[in-house]
Amino acid sequence: MMEILANFFGAFLPVWMVTLLLILIKVVAIVLPLILLVAYATYAERKIIGFMQVRVGPNRVGFKGLLQPFADMFKLIFKEIVVPAKSNRFLFLIAPLLAMGPAFAAWAVIPFSDGMVLADVNAGLLFLLALTSLGIYGVIIAGWASNSKYAQLSAMRLGAQMVSYEIAMGFALVGVLMASGSLNLGDIVRAQSGSVFSWFVWPLFGLFVVYFISGVAETNRAPFDVAEGESEIVAGFHVEYSGMAFSIFFLAEYANMWLIAALTSLLFLGGWLSPFQGLTFLTDTPVIGLFFGDGIHWLLLKASFFMLLFFWFRATFPRYRYDQIMRLGWKILIPVTLVWIFAEGLAIALGWKPWL
Amino acid sequence: MSFNWKHYFKTFSLQELLQGMGVTGKYFFERKITIQYPEEKTPISNRFRGHHALRRYPNGEERCIACKLCEAVCPALAITIDLEERPDGTRRTTRYDIDMFKCIYCGFCEEACPVDAIVETNIFEYHFENRGENIQTKEKLLAIGDKHEAEIAQMKAADAAYR
Amino acid sequence: MIFEQIIFYLFSAVLIAAAVGMVTVRNPVYAALCLILSFFTSAALWLLLEAEFLGLVLVLVYVGAVMVLFLFVIMMLDLNTDPLKEGFAKYAPVGFGVAAVIAVEMIMVLQSAPFQIAAPTVPAPENNTEALGMILYTDYVYPFEIAAVILVVAIMAAIVLTLRRRPDSRKQDISQQVQVKRADRVRLVKMKSETKEQA
Repeated sequence: MMEILANFFGAFLPVWMVTLLLILIKVVAIVLPLILLVAYATYAERKIIGFMQVRVGPNRVGFKGLLQPFADMFKLIFKEIVVPAKSNRFLFLIAPLLAMGPAFAAWAVIPFSDGMVLADVNAGLLFLLALTSLGIYGVIIAGWASNSKYAQLSAMRLGAQMVSYEIAMGFALVGVLMASGSLNLGDIVRAQSGSVFSWFVWPLFGLFVVYFISGVAETNRAPFDVAEGESEIVAGFHVEYSGMAFSIFFLAEYANMWLIAALTSLLFLGGWLSPFQGLTFLTDTPVIGLFFGDGIHWLLLKASFFMLLFFWFRATFPRYRYDQIMRLGWKILIPVTLVWIFAEGLAIALGWKPWL
Repeated sequence: MSFNWKHYFKTFSLQELLQGMGVTGKYFFERKITIQYPEEKTPISNRFRGHHALRRYPNGEERCIACKLCEAVCPALAITIDLEERPDGTRRTTRYDIDMFKCIYCGFCEEACPVDAIVETNIFEYHFENRGENIQTKEKLLAIGDKHEAEIAQMKAADAAYR
Repeated sequence: MIFEQIIFYLFSAVLIAAAVGMVTVRNPVYAALCLILSFFTSAALWLLLEAEFLGLVLVLVYVGAVMVLFLFVIMMLDLNTDPLKEGFAKYAPVGFGVAAVIAVEMIMVLQSAPFQIAAPTVPAPENNTEALGMILYTDYVYPFEIAAVILVVAIMAAIVLTLRRRPDSRKQDISQQVQVKRADRVRLVKMKSETKEQA
């Protein structure tokens, strides 16, 4: 399809503009569904947590409240963006964009299905690590620019938390790339093909758990949400934000959650690979084969499961104290990953690869 | 403290966290107890203390004799009463204001009233749109009493046995 | 490729502007942010040169971790920059002298033999992360590992030097708290209820 478009535009545009246009089209094709997913993640969160608290959640706008995200969006769009007095106006307004940019840019290297990827970068995993570590700037700058003690406090907490958990996360990724022998996300998924039992969850179960826990901490979701701390510092680093500026932070947070969910399924659960791989009587049958075969729907299903876990955690666990967060990150998760990687390295050195 | 294998197994298997998630997971499927408020309502007690009303005798004479007991007992100082002596020698109020912003709905005025004139009804859905409307004057209170007299009388009768 | 050239000039312009801004801007937080921007754009330039490993690691290490801590310190300190600027005219000649010495040194180093390598005739391997790893872990494995050990020692030294065990700190041992049993805290005592005579 891209060739047809390239030929179409190539007829009356210079080459570099065609390249730019095609990239833009691909970006839009990723970002629009992503924003829709984010909108419905907020709805799903309210519904799921409501159900777990024996409530029904939003059910007024549209059938079963299905239009609630749009109602929220319109409300936020039409609200005034209040810039606090003595705040740093330029940084205050640019901070939400700094938070959102990396959250969306990281999707460039996510393969949605075999070959369905915007940029098939060799060092995709490094790219992801680099970009997720950038998201922190939006938060720190927002906290500093709003000229508020609470926002500043929260930004500091979050900054330290994200820097700490990035290490555990990075180590977990090291385990994955040792097992797959590649930094390219597509190759990592292809290395897991075979059957359900060649997915990396089984040999790397500890790293999988550590990765997801660090992912929850990275996106500062409950139970690691001291930065947001609804019950102690109101809303954390975005207390002073209103209207669209606030909702962009929200968008970034949920886009990051989807990113972690998608990454966990790509790295450990075989991404777009079907769990019924190898069962040819299911995957090769004409009609049901479309569902049971590999495809983007499996990635979506797996990512949705991890989103459910995010909400489930929030409904279940009480918030960690700040020193407990740091203790968990530095004294437990990092040693666990180190031991696991050592064992894995030993297994590889001895030529004993149970996952192949 | 010695090295406790059992404890470490319990910690690293995330057993207690999974148990907690099991509880919330169970409640996910439980029957929801939300009351869809404007359409559904919870039952209201006969002793419910809502908006105030002034009552009349069946012959149309207002009950209040301006004894000022309610004004005296009101802990929030929400009631203001002025009075006059009528030509026939009876005491009646010329002004009976309740500031609904001050009122804490404790029901002491109702308890104090010797003639059951001031009562608290089961009306709880009301609002004010302009400044000053929070002062409920004698006329407004009497109007509410007139409108809901049957309901008020029924509530009083139902609760009388327990007083 | 004209498209890449446009991007290159764009990033170069941003890089130079950010670097100039970093040394001229008055607000220290702005200066730090300019430094971050210049790191980021130079990483982008490296990506254009297909040195993706270096570019990404620059972002990951410097932008993602080091500069965050930098910003922390600057934001927490509430710097008053006026006294810093007091002796500017007095120290300027010394500064220029040091700068000139460094410039000469760098030129001399870059002119020396180890840097005079001819451009590779063989096209660079497609995956330079892999190529870099191959070299680091085969030809240069000992220097690389020694560097890693030195860094770890430095980290541990920093921690040990700053760790003060204050006797008055009310530190909690969480694993100890979690392991507490009911028997450690509560003692149930059976006793008869008192009668009037006893009281």
